[in-house]
Amino acid sequence: MGFLEVTQALLDGLWNTFLIFALTLVLALPLGLVISFGSMSKIKPISYIVKFFVWIIRGVPLMLQVIIIYYVPGMLFGVPVLSRFVAVIVAFVINYACYFSEIYRGGIEGIPRGQYEAAQVLGMTKWETFRTVILMQVIKRILAPMGNEVITLVKDTALARVIMVVEIIQAAQNFAAYGLMWPLFYTAVFYLAFVGVLTLLFGYLEKKLSYYKV
Amino acid sequence: MAFLEVKNLKKSFGSTKVLHGIDFSMEQGEVVAVIGASGGGKTTFLRCLNFLEIADEGTIEIDGGFSFNAEKKYTESEIREMILRMGLVFQSFNLFPQYTAFDNVFIPMKLRTVERHKKDKSFDLAAALEENRERARYLLCEVGLKDKMQNYPWQLSGGQQQRVAIARALAQNPDVLCFDEPTSALDPELTGEVLRVIKELKDKGCTMIVVTHEMEFARKVADRAIFFADGVIEEEGVPEKLFEHPTSPKTAAFLGHVNGSLNG
Repeated sequence: MGFLEVTQALLDGLWNTFLIFALTLVLALPLGLVISFGSMSKIKPISYIVKFFVWIIRGVPLMLQVIIIYYVPGMLFGVPVLSRFVAVIVAFVINYACYFSEIYRGGIEGIPRGQYEAAQVLGMTKWETFRTVILMQVIKRILAPMGNEVITLVKDTALARVIMVVEIIQAAQNFAAYGLMWPLFYTAVFYLAFVGVLTLLFGYLEKKLSYYKV
Repeated sequence: MAFLEVKNLKKSFGSTKVLHGIDFSMEQGEVVAVIGASGGGKTTFLRCLNFLEIADEGTIEIDGGFSFNAEKKYTESEIREMILRMGLVFQSFNLFPQYTAFDNVFIPMKLRTVERHKKDKSFDLAAALEENRERARYLLCEVGLKDKMQNYPWQLSGGQQQRVAIARALAQNPDVLCFDEPTSALDPELTGEVLRVIKELKDKGCTMIVVTHEMEFARKVADRAIFFADGVIEEEGVPEKLFEHPTSPKTAAFLGHVNGSLNG
């Protein structure tokens, strides 16, 4: 088993890693916004329920959540309801949406009240205020914590192998059966490259938004 | 009826009564200075006039403008119509940090023009927006910021930011322009430029209510001063007279305190 063969196998695993990463991001970013609106709701019961839910999701290890979402429907209905991959995506999206929601909430609640009041006395509607005044300030405020969370997500994808979804670590471990350990260490190169690209991307976005200060 | 007429305006926050029934009126072109200690209700009064707070009781009327009665229910868009008749300049400027000085003035105007165009397609949107741009440029020149139009708020001094905020408030052409301690957040050397702008607005006939701690300014610029204490208008009159010969002991005590602290 040569270097090229291992690299090919790891790249196959990396594709799943990337799919989990991208799908989670695409679905969890908007869902997180919805959850953050829920936790900021003026209707108290809604905000309590949402905060309780966020506490559960953030309080239980993601690995356990993946296992629960994959196995529990099967235990209750007798057959596995979800495919392994879908179970991973559902667990990741819910988990990350909750983390994102707290970042959004921090960003939105951190906007000074004066910004809303200035918009109001200028005759803006609530939607105009959010769209033209608040949104860009929130984006700037949450960029750094989002960068952190997104980088964590890259490495959390390794949890998918707990229900045998073959991502890059699992792909490397398959070689361990043949007594090969180095592919496992080799995966670090791929993670570093992946995170490196993201770091550059976030650095670029930060620079793009450096023309104003909030 | 006077140009702006406020009757029996009351406002409470929870169990705390802040305004106990304010009766106030002013004529077009008049400049009124509002003075008084913190917690006296000055700011709440301005906020009620601008509908940032909705009064619990009382009426606010502008001749040929709007008539607000606290007993009636208003929709959000009806409140917005009334808000647009009033202007407010904040103590802390509250410019939008992601926009240039020009856009801070232009964008709120643009939103209203676009809204108007949605209801009434008879006018040319592009031409109307060009007029808005022209007006934004004109107003920024008026407040002395011709060279700062493309600067972002963080690139401007406090005094310059406050002048942008004044231009922004003027853009909607309010019937009455209110100032909530416009110079309190400024370094002393920057207050002059803002007060000068307010003085120039008076000379152009702008109707203004200015909450201020600048007694000298109130004396020189205001046609009338009103003294707020404990949620009522304790005393009002020509600034000279009010400052020199206050009839209420509360006014005298406040003025004595202010003068004392100035001398001390």
